[in-house]
Amino acid sequence: MTSITNKDVNPVAHLSPEDIEQIGLELDAIRQDILDIRGESDAKYIRRVVKVQRNLELGSRAVLLGSALPPLWVLGTVGLSVAKILENMEIGHNVMHGQWDWMRDPKIHSSTWEWDNASTAEGWKHSHNEIHHTYTNIIGKDNDLGYGIMRVDEEQKWVPMYLAQPLWNAINACFFEYGIAAYDLELGRNLRLPEERRTPGFKERAAATVKKIRKQATKDYVVNPLIALPFGSALPALAANFTANVVRNVWSHSVIMCGHFPEGVETFELNKIPEKETRGEWYVRQMIGSANISGSKLTHIMTGNLSHQIEHHLFPDLPSSRYAEIAPRVKALFEKYELNYHEAPLPQQVGSAWHKVVRLSLPNHWLETTNRSNVVEQSKLLYAMVTKGPKIRRLAQRRLDQMARKQAEQKAAADAGTPLTVVESVPA
Amino acid sequence: MEPMTSTTLPGARSAAGGGRPGPLRRTLRDTIAPKVRQVADAAVTPLSIDDVLDHFHPLRGGSELRGRVVQVTPETPRSATVLIKPGRGWHGHVPGQFVRLGVDVDGVRLWRSYSLTHGPRPDGLISITVKMVPGGAVSTHLVRRVKPGTLVHLAPAEGDFVLPQPMPRKLLLVTAGSGITPVIGMLRNLFHKAEAPDVDIVLIHSALARAEVIFGREIRGYAEAGLLRLVELHTDTRGRLDVDELDQLVPDLAERPTYACGPVGLLDSLEEHHAARGLELFVERFRPVLLAEPGEGGTVTFAATGTDVEVAGDTAILDAAEDAGVLMPSGCRMGICMSCVLPLKEGTVRDLRNGELTHAVPGETHPDGVMVQTCITSAAGPCTFSH
Repeated sequence: MTSITNKDVNPVAHLSPEDIEQIGLELDAIRQDILDIRGESDAKYIRRVVKVQRNLELGSRAVLLGSALPPLWVLGTVGLSVAKILENMEIGHNVMHGQWDWMRDPKIHSSTWEWDNASTAEGWKHSHNEIHHTYTNIIGKDNDLGYGIMRVDEEQKWVPMYLAQPLWNAINACFFEYGIAAYDLELGRNLRLPEERRTPGFKERAAATVKKIRKQATKDYVVNPLIALPFGSALPALAANFTANVVRNVWSHSVIMCGHFPEGVETFELNKIPEKETRGEWYVRQMIGSANISGSKLTHIMTGNLSHQIEHHLFPDLPSSRYAEIAPRVKALFEKYELNYHEAPLPQQVGSAWHKVVRLSLPNHWLETTNRSNVVEQSKLLYAMVTKGPKIRRLAQRRLDQMARKQAEQKAAADAGTPLTVVESVPA
Repeated sequence: MEPMTSTTLPGARSAAGGGRPGPLRRTLRDTIAPKVRQVADAAVTPLSIDDVLDHFHPLRGGSELRGRVVQVTPETPRSATVLIKPGRGWHGHVPGQFVRLGVDVDGVRLWRSYSLTHGPRPDGLISITVKMVPGGAVSTHLVRRVKPGTLVHLAPAEGDFVLPQPMPRKLLLVTAGSGITPVIGMLRNLFHKAEAPDVDIVLIHSALARAEVIFGREIRGYAEAGLLRLVELHTDTRGRLDVDELDQLVPDLAERPTYACGPVGLLDSLEEHHAARGLELFVERFRPVLLAEPGEGGTVTFAATGTDVEVAGDTAILDAAEDAGVLMPSGCRMGICMSCVLPLKEGTVRDLRNGELTHAVPGETHPDGVMVQTCITSAAGPCTFSH
C-alpha cells in the first residue's frame, strides 16, 4: 500500500468537502439510532457471554486436571483456547472500549476491567483506544501498523533486515500478548532513549506490566499445573496452558492483521492530515483504513466482532453485538459515496495480509516483477541488494521500478488490445 | 401479612456463633484461610476467587451485597410491595431505616432508596413498598415489571428515622402518600409483640383517596384493634393537611414527639410550625429541596479517565456523569449519606439545595482536593475531579 496522498488515484478524490460532512452526519445518525434502542437485550447479551466464557474456562481447567489422558488434554486445551479468545476478543477488548459502560455495572466497566493478557488494561487502553483508534493507519503515528518492527508501506525505505519480517511476524503471532505489552509501553523506543527523555511514567508502567506478566505466568504455568499435580497431570496441564495461550495469540494476531493489513486498505501521511480534522474527515479515514471479515455468527463472536472492523472503527464504543445490525446501513453508505467496503472471508484476508508482509519484506516491485523465467536474475539482484552497499541498492531499486513501469505499460497495452512486444528481461 | 416475631436488632447475626474461637480455628482463620485465598486468587487471575464464587452463588456471604426478589404483591393500583431475600452479608435493620437498592432498568443499573416496611422478620426477608412516580424509571420497573427471581443490588440499611429507646409514652406520626412506608415498618415491629406496647399513638395519614391508601386495611385494622388512633385524610375531597389543623386534630400535640414523612411541602410547613412552637420533630425526606433557579452549569473533567462531561446548571454532577457512562460512587442521592463524595481539584461547584458555592484552587485549597457531594452539587463553570 502507499499512503493515499501519494497514490495515482486517490480513492477519496471524488468526494467534495460537503460530501464528507454529509457522510459524518449520516454516520452520526446511525450511531444515535443504536444509542436510542440499546438496553436490556444488550445487557443480557454481554452477561451471557461473560457467563459462558467463565463456565467454559472453569470447565476446561477442571477437565485439564485429567489431562494425562490425551482425549481430556485435547478437550481441555480446545476449551481453554476458546475461553481465552472469548475473554480477550468479545469481552475484554470491547469492555475496555467502554462499549458496556452505559450499563453502570462496576463489574463490566472499562475503568475496572482487567483482561487475561500480558498487557495491562491501563496500557492497552492508552495505546489501543487512544493512539490506534485516533490515529488509525497514519504512518509513524499508529503503532498498530507493523508494531514499529515491520515494513508496512512502500514508502518506508527498504533495508535487508526487512527480509526477516515474515519470520518476525510469525514469532510475533505466537507471542502476540507480549508483543502488545511491549508496544503498549513503547518499549523499543523508550529503551533506546536516555532515562530522562523516556515517556513520563514509563518506569511505573513497565513495573506494572512485569507484575501483570508474572501473575499471568504464575496462573498458567505454576498454580494450575500444581493443582493438576495430584492427578498426575502437571506437565500436560502446563503444556495445555501454553498451547491455549499460543492459540489465542495466533488467532488474535490473525484477526487484528485482517483489520488494517490486507492489500487495498489505505494508509495516511501525518502531514497530510488536516490540523483540525473534522468529524466527517475522521470518519472517512476510518472507513477506508479498515477491512472486514465476512463469515458466520460464530466467526463474528470469536473475532470479538472485529470482523466488523469498519463498523468498530466508526463506532468503537457501540456494543459489539450491534455491529452486524448496522453493517448493511454502513455498506449502503459506502456504495452511495463510491467507496470501497473492504470485506472478505477470514482465510482470504489473512492470506492477503501475509502477502503484504512478504511483499514488503522484499524491495519494492521485486515480487511483482519476478516470474518463473527471470527468477535466477532476480535472485542475483536481490542478493546484491542484501550484500552490497546502499549505492548498489539504490541502482537496483531504480531498475526494479523501471521494470515495474514497463510491465504496467504492457498490461495497459494488452488491456487496450494492442499487440504486445514481449520483453523477457531488461538488460542491466 | 407475614407474622413477625423477632425484635433482633442489627449486629445480632454477626454476634451469633461467637464465643472465643479455639487455637485450631484461629490458625485456620488467620493463617491458613488467607493462604488458600492467595492461591485461589492466583489460579484465576485477573479475576479474584470472589468473582468466581459469585458466579455460582451470588447471595453468599462475603460477596458484594445482593438480594433476590421473592415476591411482588400489589398494594394499591399504583404501588406494590417487593419482598427480597437478602444475601448473607445483610446485617439487619431497625424499622424506619431505608435500604439503597440497585436495579437494572432497561440494562442500566439505577440506584434508589426505599424505606424498609417490615421490622426484622423471622424468615430473614426484607420488604420495600414502592409507589409509582410519574416518569419514574425505577418505581415503574419495580411495580410493573420486576419478576420473582430477579437479582437486585443492596447496600446496608441506613437512616436515623427510627423510634427512640425507651419509647415515649405518646407519639404523633404524620405521613402522606408513600410517606407511610417507614412508619408502617415501625408499627408492624411494635404491634407484633405478644404484649402491646404501652404507647399512645396518633397516626395522621393523607392520601389522594381511600383506594390510594397504601396499607389502608392494615392501619384501619390497627385503629379498630385500639392500637392507635387513625386520622385518615383524603385530599381529593378535603384538600391537603393544613398544619394549623393539628391542634384541633391532636389536642395534646405538645406532649407528643412528632415523626413525619411525606412530600416536601408537608415536611417544610411542619418544620416551620414545630420550630415556631418549640415542638419535637423528626422527619424523613425522600428527596432534597432544590433551588428554583440554580444558575449556569459547566464542563466537569474526571482526571483519572480523562472524561469531560457537560453538566447543566440544574443537574447534579452525579447524574450527568452517570449518563455519560462514568462509573460514580453513589448513595442516597439526596445529600445525606456522603457515599458520593469526590475530591474537587479545581473549579467551582454549586450546592443545588442552597446555592452555596464551593471552590477548589490548586496550591491554595487542600492538595487532595475539596470533598464534594456530587449528588446535590452542580458545576459552576469548568471544574476537575481527580476521580
